[in-house]
Amino acid sequence: MHDLKPMTPLGQHEPVIETHGPVTLTEVTDTALASVAARLGREADTAAILASVLGSETPAPARHGGKTLTAFWMGPDQWMVEAPLETHEDLAAQLAATSEGAMSVTEQTDAWCRFDLSGERLADVFERLCSANTRAFTGGEAVRTAIEHLGCFLLCRTPAHISVLGPRSAANSLHHALLTAMRSAH
Amino acid sequence: MLIDHPLLGPRDASEFVYKGDASLINRPDWQAEDALAKFIDYGYLRDNPASDHRELWFHEQGDRSWLVVTRDTTTHEIKSVELARDVARREGRSK
Repeated sequence: MHDLKPMTPLGQHEPVIETHGPVTLTEVTDTALASVAARLGREADTAAILASVLGSETPAPARHGGKTLTAFWMGPDQWMVEAPLETHEDLAAQLAATSEGAMSVTEQTDAWCRFDLSGERLADVFERLCSANTRAFTGGEAVRTAIEHLGCFLLCRTPAHISVLGPRSAANSLHHALLTAMRSAH
Repeated sequence: MLIDHPLLGPRDASEFVYKGDASLINRPDWQAEDALAKFIDYGYLRDNPASDHRELWFHEQGDRSWLVVTRDTTTHEIKSVELARDVARREGRSK
């Protein structure tokens, strides 16, 4: 039996946590991801299936939400589903089993890295990084934008807690950009 | 320049990529008798109006949707923005 140790996107054995001024950056590795895309003509079916998975309405454009599981809007008739990794390591397979041929499901867990920024005046940090209007965030927004030339999602859980999802292969570049902006802003 | 995305509201033009004339939606039938001539027109010939121009924009740094933007080439005023799939469906391109 192999004794394999999982590595985080930053290449460590434990998630990185760093605080600068009022802002704390936390590497988040306990979330499973799978994307869902409606097949042509099955848009309504997909929204209904996803709503039953989430236990709430399917998120509207540029929004995230959900009760049992959460999801965010990625594009027209496309969503990313988030779930606790411990209970949903096979999230894509679980969703595919409910798909009834209406939607395409893609495993995404290891495609992304996630950094959560929490604290006061987060908009001061994000206005240095991207063109998303983070100052207007009130909670529930899910915006795709470019940070450090990388396509990233910003998920506003609350105005004092924003998740950044970026490509895992560029985790160190994204981490560097976030830290640089935190030091610049505060 | 701002593009008023039909789903997401005004977004900076730097998030978008220009993808050409909106007539590219209308790909000719490859099985037609005159397919070669039609594809030469489709591939190489463009109108160059000094007024309203319909063009395709791709929201690359956003939701990855394709848009049909109507822009006045003399003033750069953007007069309408629609999802390309809605335009294509309206024109009977989506089966």
